[in-house]
Amino acid sequence: MSAKLKNKGVVPSITVPDGGKWASEARQTAAALLAETGLPHRRDEYWKYTDPTTLTAPEATPAAIFESDEPLPFDGVDAVKIVFVDGVFDAAQSDALELDGVEIETLSDAAQKDIHWAGSVYGVLEGRGQYPVSRPLASYNTAMAEQGFVIRATGKAAKPISFIYLHESETSDAVIHHTIKLDEGADLTVLENGPAAARINAVMEVEVADTAAFHHVRAQGRDHERRTATHIFARLGTESSFKSFTLTVNGILTRNDAIIEFTGDNANATVAGACAGDGAFHHDDTVFITHDAVNCESRQVFKKVLRNGAVGVFQGKILVKADAQKTDGYQISQGLLLDENSTFQAKPELEIYADDVACSHGSTVGAIDDTALFYLTSRGIPHKEAQDMLTLAFLGEAIDEVEDEALADDLRALLEGWMARRHG
Amino acid sequence: MLEIKNLHVGLEEEDKQILKGVNLTVETGKVHAIMGPNGSGKSTLSYVLSGKDGYEVTDGSAELQGVDVLDMEPEERAAAGLFLAFQYPVEIPGVGNMTFLRTAVNAQRKARGEEELSAAEFLKVVRAKAKSLKIDADMLKRPVNVGFSGGEKKRNEILQMAMLEPKMCILDETDSGLDVDAMKLVAEGVNALRDAGRSFLVITHYQRLLDHIKPDVVHIMADGKIVKTGGPELALEVENNGYADILAEVA
Ligand SMILES: Nc1ncnc2c1ncn2[C@@H]1O[C@H](COP(=O)(O)OP(=O)(O)O)[C@@H](O)[C@H]1O
Ligand SMILES: [Mg+2]
Repeated sequence: MSAKLKNKGVVPSITVPDGGKWASEARQTAAALLAETGLPHRRDEYWKYTDPTTLTAPEATPAAIFESDEPLPFDGVDAVKIVFVDGVFDAAQSDALELDGVEIETLSDAAQKDIHWAGSVYGVLEGRGQYPVSRPLASYNTAMAEQGFVIRATGKAAKPISFIYLHESETSDAVIHHTIKLDEGADLTVLENGPAAARINAVMEVEVADTAAFHHVRAQGRDHERRTATHIFARLGTESSFKSFTLTVNGILTRNDAIIEFTGDNANATVAGACAGDGAFHHDDTVFITHDAVNCESRQVFKKVLRNGAVGVFQGKILVKADAQKTDGYQISQGLLLDENSTFQAKPELEIYADDVACSHGSTVGAIDDTALFYLTSRGIPHKEAQDMLTLAFLGEAIDEVEDEALADDLRALLEGWMARRHG
Repeated sequence: MLEIKNLHVGLEEEDKQILKGVNLTVETGKVHAIMGPNGSGKSTLSYVLSGKDGYEVTDGSAELQGVDVLDMEPEERAAAGLFLAFQYPVEIPGVGNMTFLRTAVNAQRKARGEEELSAAEFLKVVRAKAKSLKIDADMLKRPVNVGFSGGEKKRNEILQMAMLEPKMCILDETDSGLDVDAMKLVAEGVNALRDAGRSFLVITHYQRLLDHIKPDVVHIMADGKIVKTGGPELALEVENNGYADILAEVA
């Protein structure tokens, strides 16, 4: 812990919310850790490329509301829709919290009880993810969150759960914490558009038991001025599967952390993302995958298209513990810079203690392929449209990681629409 | 149709002249061939006409149907009716061949103020044309030219030409890398497009393509210039004696 104390940032003065026994304990544990680490600052190893100041400031920076008449992402998907406005659950706009094979409860309800299964996940996976890299924004979230859902899938869910986040107040400061547990053999898809508020701190903890499968697809949309820090913590059992994909456009600041731990053999996890940024856009994907089981496969696929000074960051680590033989770890991060003002920073890390593993990582940064661009324009396709086609093709390789074809098509259409609108 | 006068072209990046005064007129409805040794500037001419970056026109002009094309963007030249079948067709991962074709056809129609083709209309036309070029559904679905054999790439170029129905078709070494059967297929595709309103400029290193696509006029290019112009018999002369005699004669 001494290393952390050396880097100690500002400790916010917080009072954790009241609640039942399990929740109070989890909140106090997180608050105690936060008191030890302090909030992140630029000197922290994993905040070198992203300035956390506006994420840790006492007040959210006001963010103008983004007006749009386009349908929300995943609007056409048959799902249990759960609506948040500025980070607060809105029951009136939401569907009934009923889904075969799944129990859905608000965090605030669950937190009132003294004993709840959520106590085995909430703050627990997040807590495991605090070492060896501390994640103070997640500690803050666990200590303070009163919004969010506690979801347990006991079988194959009949349809996805879709979280819909709406941004209506210019000063909203949201803290949302979802706690998800998939029992053995369960299968659940969670969709998110956003989250949305002026500032958002979101945590999702996902316990994936043996042979269960979790799918997560998220679209962080066109709200220009939002500032977002998200964390996903996942723990994977034997032969389980975890897939998370995030599409991001716009947003002045986005930091998406994914912390995945393999604890059972023969499991697989994919974390992928595609983002397109124009101008005041800073997007950081930070991934930490720990292989602590045999014959597991992890994939990280991240693609960023940047223009007009937009900044993309990728920090991805694969840690293979000594017993995690036959690990297959794959990581690729690519930046496509549409002009000379934009930047892409990548920090791939491999730390391997087992000897029978196949890990590969690659990172590239480049401009659009002029030869391809000429080929397209020589066929009569206007320059901008040709550039969009190549950009979509580039990002498409990340979207290909989405297993569900219909959702992947939705994402492609969404991205295509977003690109077309850029031209006004 | 196409009128090139005294065209001088150099590289943008380095001080190198490639075309040193090309004069060439292709009349409407005619097929002209350009032959010449490697490195004489044939591909450069085709790229400059279609608007590729990296070249600098230092003198001369090129007009398509009386309009100067050298200041136009590549897409404007295409919409004006110019088409280049590439010597080396480009692979574009992630862009479906069909999407590419449809986007191109509709972009040109839009630029010309014509109505865009619906997906169904387009599909009908493309299927018929693909079939005659022995391009199967799988090749239409795959990303543009990715994993295509040399022959498939060239057939795909001809399919694009057939779909876009350009006025002025430039074919750069469309025969290179093709076996006899594939060449026949390509030549048939080209011949099917021949009509009174369409012109061709067929660039080739060898005479054999010209057995199948009969030219009206043959030019010999060497060191950045057209050094000799004649009828189809000129191609046979090259076939029999190589370029050396002709080059010696004009030197
Ligand atoms: N982009 C380029 N960079 C450098 N040299 C070039 C470039 N394009 C053409 N050249 C040179 O110009 C000459 C003509 O080339 P090219 O037009 O390809 O000839 P051809 O098609 O007749 O074989 C060659 O010497 C070639 O090396
Ligand atoms: Mg050539």
